[in-house]
Amino acid sequence: MDYFLTEEQQMIVDLSRQIADELIIPQRAALDESEEFPRDILDAVAKADLFGIYIPEEYGGFGAGTFEIVLALEQFGRGCVGVATAFAASALGAFPIMISGSEEMKQKYLPDIATGVKKAAFALTEANAGSDASGIQTTAVLDGDEWVLNGTKQWITNAGEAKIYTVIAITDRSKGPRGASMFVVEDTDPGFSYGVKEKKLGIRASSTRELIFKDCRIPKDRLIGRQGTGFITVMKTLDKSRPGIAILGVGLGQAALDEAVTYAKQRVQFGKPIISFQAVQHMLADMAIQLEAARALVYAAAKHIDAHPKDMSKASSMCKVFATDMAMKVTVDAVQVLGGYGYMRDYPVEKMMRDAKILQIYEGTNQIQRNVIGQELNKEYT
Amino acid sequence: MKIIVCIKQVPDAKDVRLDPKTNTLSREGVQSIINPYDRHALEEAVRLKEKHGGTVIVLTMGPPQAAEILRESVSCGADEAVLVSDRAFAGADTLATTYTLSQAIKKIGGADLILCGKQAIDGDTAQVGPGLAVRMDIPYVTCIRRIVEASDKAFVVERLMDDGYDEVEVTLPALFTVVKEINEPRLPSLKGKMKAKKLAITTLTAADIDADTAQLGLKGSPTWVVKVFAPQLKGDRTMIEGTVQEQVDQLAEKLMEWC
Repeated sequence: MDYFLTEEQQMIVDLSRQIADELIIPQRAALDESEEFPRDILDAVAKADLFGIYIPEEYGGFGAGTFEIVLALEQFGRGCVGVATAFAASALGAFPIMISGSEEMKQKYLPDIATGVKKAAFALTEANAGSDASGIQTTAVLDGDEWVLNGTKQWITNAGEAKIYTVIAITDRSKGPRGASMFVVEDTDPGFSYGVKEKKLGIRASSTRELIFKDCRIPKDRLIGRQGTGFITVMKTLDKSRPGIAILGVGLGQAALDEAVTYAKQRVQFGKPIISFQAVQHMLADMAIQLEAARALVYAAAKHIDAHPKDMSKASSMCKVFATDMAMKVTVDAVQVLGGYGYMRDYPVEKMMRDAKILQIYEGTNQIQRNVIGQELNKEYT
Repeated sequence: MKIIVCIKQVPDAKDVRLDPKTNTLSREGVQSIINPYDRHALEEAVRLKEKHGGTVIVLTMGPPQAAEILRESVSCGADEAVLVSDRAFAGADTLATTYTLSQAIKKIGGADLILCGKQAIDGDTAQVGPGLAVRMDIPYVTCIRRIVEASDKAFVVERLMDDGYDEVEVTLPALFTVVKEINEPRLPSLKGKMKAKKLAITTLTAADIDADTAQLGLKGSPTWVVKVFAPQLKGDRTMIEGTVQEQVDQLAEKLMEWC
């Protein structure tokens, strides 16, 4: 379908598509197998200026919005959700600085993130704090001119690869949700180290590790925004980032549909290509319907977020749930269409199915998204 | 440093057809691309600019549609683009092409360095680079695979040979043709694409470059294409299989037969 993109938006699509086709797709199976971080691909993405799409021009970016980053991520997601996650995680790490950081902080960090010279990462999750962010144990205590961080963050995307980390820690437990604050930690800060690399079901090209803070001392001015605003920054960050995860589902769903239709046209059983059988046709039709509906919703949500930065939670959560549930279903069906071949690693759809699962889990499980939507509805109808 | 990169629009090799009547390439409905060797020349020019400063100008002779490859070059790092286009240039062979390009380069004030791909994948003559250098009366090195040293006055380059390479020192201005081993061309950038979209391409006609019309296009081209054909593949191919020892034995046996 034609979504009437502007010339600039079409350029972003064309460039991202070229990177997906020429660099990501040829390497994705090997990266999945070796679980290697895609440094060369991300270097090429950096040279193509795509790390800076969403960063304002005054900090060396392209000055575009959520919709434009979504367009790029759709193509990367079509190529490989593992590679796309590594790219997207840098934006997620940069958002807290963009949303709540001081002018000095923006000037210090955003230009390097925009050029891709430095990658960023976002650190919220802990062993006992996932969907329930109030379980955070990591603490930050002011000691003279320095904050001292202690604790461990878990399953942090881009850990060990990023140079800039935006981390939430408790600064005053007695204040409850207003007792958390966000900080920038740099990879070279004393007392900061990484845990082992996790072994995952999918998105295996992305790096997932622990961040370990042992009396990690950082300068006082690394506090993002005011003390006690950590949760607000986290919520705003996730509202802004979720369409990026949603669109990975759309890109992935498109890739799975492409594989399924191509295969169904070639595979001959009972003397006919299997696409001529209604049972297969209906599966493909349902995949296409769900996919296009998800794309339309994500595009609409992204545009809504760009136009209404204060009212984004519901749109953001709705598109995340719908598109990632779609991706799970469509990839499972793609494996079904390819049958035994689909189950083999020689074909890309089994990887797509493994990659799809994380989309329903990370950046807020789809159950938590439904909570958000429900709460927003409750507010709207008072 | 002012670098001119000569590029050519060629049919995509995936989609080549010959016109059986005229024995020439059928260009109708065929996707056009930048000649792949020229992409390496452009990349090398952009890297030189990034390292030593200067300007990269891409130059092509062709129909108005050739502006497309000029824009693509700008999206990959070139600064300016010049299209030499006139009906009078149609049907040019390499002799007429080098004349036209040399006149155009003189018109835009010459260059410190001219880079070309070693050959175009359609004609495969590899004559335009050297021919242009002769017309410009500057030294040239063909098939360079590496720039060893670069300064405003002279370059040291490695020229790929069948049995190794030559190291050649050349004073500027000079012309090099490059092989694909020299670099890995980059993809376009977003800023480059924006620049390419807005770019005003300089178009030069036969009159603009003060050309002698007798030396242009078909009139200035002594080449006469008698026949174009795909060569028959000759020679047998045998796959040797088995353990390493068995393979070596079989190979030795075969070699002995031929001795």
